[in-house]
Amino acid sequence: MKKYTYTESKDTRSGFGAGLLEAGRQNENVVALCADLIGSLKMNDFIKEFPERFFQIGIAEANMMGIAAGLTIGGKIPFTGTFANFSTGRVYDQIRQSIAYSGKNVKICASHAGLTLGEDGATHQILEDIGLMKMLPGMTVINPCDYNQTKAATLALVNHEGPAYLRFGRPVVPNFTPADQTFEIGKAILLNEGTDVTIVATGHLVWEAIQAGEELERLGISAEIINIHTIKPLDEQAILNSVKKTGCIVTAEEHNRLGGLGDSVAQVLAQHFPTPQEFVAVDDSFGESGKPAQLMEKYGINAASIVDAARKAITRK
Amino acid sequence: MSADINNLEQIASQVRRDIVRMVHACQSGHPGGSLGCTDYFVALYFHAMKHDPSFNMDGHGEDLFFLSNGHISPVFYSTLARAGYFPVEELATFRKINSRLQGHPTTHEHLPGIRVASGSLGQGLSVAIGAAQAKKLNNDNSLVYVLMGDGELQEGQVWEAAMYAPHNKMDNIIAAVDYNNAQIDGPTHEVLSLGDLRAKWEAFGWDVMEVKQGNDMSSVINGLQEAKNRTGKGKPIVILLHTEMGNGVDFMMGTHKWHGVAPNDEQLESALNQLPQTLGDY
Repeated sequence: MKKYTYTESKDTRSGFGAGLLEAGRQNENVVALCADLIGSLKMNDFIKEFPERFFQIGIAEANMMGIAAGLTIGGKIPFTGTFANFSTGRVYDQIRQSIAYSGKNVKICASHAGLTLGEDGATHQILEDIGLMKMLPGMTVINPCDYNQTKAATLALVNHEGPAYLRFGRPVVPNFTPADQTFEIGKAILLNEGTDVTIVATGHLVWEAIQAGEELERLGISAEIINIHTIKPLDEQAILNSVKKTGCIVTAEEHNRLGGLGDSVAQVLAQHFPTPQEFVAVDDSFGESGKPAQLMEKYGINAASIVDAARKAITRK
Repeated sequence: MSADINNLEQIASQVRRDIVRMVHACQSGHPGGSLGCTDYFVALYFHAMKHDPSFNMDGHGEDLFFLSNGHISPVFYSTLARAGYFPVEELATFRKINSRLQGHPTTHEHLPGIRVASGSLGQGLSVAIGAAQAKKLNNDNSLVYVLMGDGELQEGQVWEAAMYAPHNKMDNIIAAVDYNNAQIDGPTHEVLSLGDLRAKWEAFGWDVMEVKQGNDMSSVINGLQEAKNRTGKGKPIVILLHTEMGNGVDFMMGTHKWHGVAPNDEQLESALNQLPQTLGDY
């Protein structure tokens, strides 16, 4: 098993903030919008350097999405920022009509996604956002795994033409990917070659998958571990190549098992190479208040859950 | 620049003919509001606005127009075609399959003249504000116009946008409300009263004007000129445009019934007899 180490734990939302600042420096058309959550979205550095390119919308997310759409008319590249639940469910029709169906080059940047938002509880813990966004034609959906990858993804979106949903989180997590990585939208990253089971993970579950891989090795199981940061467009070939080798798969995400990464993978497999699949995801439930690690354990989306799922998948071969 | 009112009225008559013919041909669509707003559209595209029919999305240096109440697409399409954005003959494809003239306007099929999809109400003012913000950033002193329905003002997002524009001194925006007191389920004051609409917009910080005769071309032209004179003074402008749903076709006037109903063959004939053909039917 390939060894991954990290020197620091950092929050992915800070990666977004750093990426946004860098994006603003690289391209003068980059503008940012926020709905009264500047601190939480780590947008202060961008605002300090480019105050005239920042728009405080107030607690009016529907208006924010429309304004972002309008800003593209005239050549701006808008990055919106608020919590993931407010970035999707709350404003779904606005995104659908004014952004997706209108083909507008808006980057919807969504923080505090999933259970790891923690104590605020279920009203804020969105577990349906990947599903909602992937079902919009033309929408790119990205869920990077750590600070470095989130920063790289944010930058990559500057030159990407078309609407995109970038999802990241609140807590600090191991920052293990290279600082100088080139982020390729839509390209899976092979983290470890293996033969017995494929583990495909996204976002916070990628580090959990790596932990799981180490435990599985101790149990004599060789896991192929893949980081799918882009749920849409999905790197179907990478997944198919892997399952043809291993014969079974575990998908892992901080999301409802309905409508997320697992769903997308299942469709690809069902069409091209039916394969036993286990889903590490929230089992069609709302979240609750708690600490991130406690919640991930209670709702079955941590390294231990991936280990169990991998062993089960192997028995189904 | 003085307006040739007579010429504009002739264009409006042809646009009205286009509307009833388009809606009749596919037996669906929204003639009432389209007819009511015809004079406003003609005034905008044939007089007040500085715009380029060769059309590009960014519209640098041009005035922009957004239709928020997208269901009155017939008047939008006819006006654009008559103004040279796309061939007039294409109006015959309205709402037909594989057409660029979708039931509600969209950018999806790249119909020249359309800059955002609309149809689900309440979104256009936000988009117009975004475009106006881009113009400010680009040091582009042309204007952004947006039209909304009065029933549409029942959508909350409109008021998010209405709160935002004055706070940010968006004085390059001229919004208009099709103040016809009519919506699908009845008169607006019966369905969900807008109350004192003038006072509401003023309370939100807008510079409010009224055009009491929104179907009289002179009044509309003068109103738009007045609105333009008020731009650049720190406040966005909103015009309460008093129109009549179905204006120009007698049996469609005085009722909310023709919001979204197509005329049959006899009704079409009656309508066309009331509207002089001036520019040539497609």
